[in-house]
Amino acid sequence: MRLEYFDLIDKVDELDLEGSKIKISSRLPDRSPVFDGHFPNFPILPGVMMLEMMNHAAGYLLYRRFMGERFVFLGGVKRAKFRRMVRPGDTVEVRAHLTHEGSGFSIAETTLTSGGATAADAEIILISQEFPNPEIKAALARHSETLTQPAEA
Amino acid sequence: MSSTFDTVAQVISETSDVPLENIKPDAHAIDDLGIDSLDFLDIVFALDKKFGIKIPLEQWTQEINQGKASVQDYFVLKNLCARIDELVAAKNAK
Repeated sequence: MRLEYFDLIDKVDELDLEGSKIKISSRLPDRSPVFDGHFPNFPILPGVMMLEMMNHAAGYLLYRRFMGERFVFLGGVKRAKFRRMVRPGDTVEVRAHLTHEGSGFSIAETTLTSGGATAADAEIILISQEFPNPEIKAALARHSETLTQPAEA
Repeated sequence: MSSTFDTVAQVISETSDVPLENIKPDAHAIDDLGIDSLDFLDIVFALDKKFGIKIPLEQWTQEINQGKASVQDYFVLKNLCARIDELVAAKNAK
């Protein structure tokens, strides 16, 4: 996981494409420029990064449902709450479930937990469209291959 | 007034905080009611659920961009309601 590069998923633990559910996990780095500023002498994961992790989990699920053929990004946040602080070195799990797949958009319910406790939850809107260029499509495909995936059933 | 229009008007009013009395069949969702594109997604989401359909928003946008349809064909409310009725009928015919 490299926070400052928005490289937020270490491992895909569970992936249910038919059921539209995913669980990912990541270990927060011990050091990061993000923590240097947020906050000096009291490093915690910013709420917006928790939201981005939830976006990445749901977005990756949708990306895989589209078999890597659609560009997926955050379109809106219907609801978000940040309930507990998460610190450097903590392991974080994110669960996401697509509750609606419309035309060019999807709605996802997401939850971020650490140490068995809910640290954040959100309902988000994801937009999907054609890739703006072939280079980003290829880059995302390469990145997808680097993620540890669940074992085949 | 059709029940489809009543449902659509209610959804728009609740989702986008537009007074119900301002929502008329000839109103343009964006130009007259001040609804932006993300607000419209919320409306489409609610309508998809209410009617059990999947409004083909991407296809409509593509048709407008290609000049095969006008913005009025889909975003004037009476026309939107007619499109919804067609989608519901198609779903029920399956």
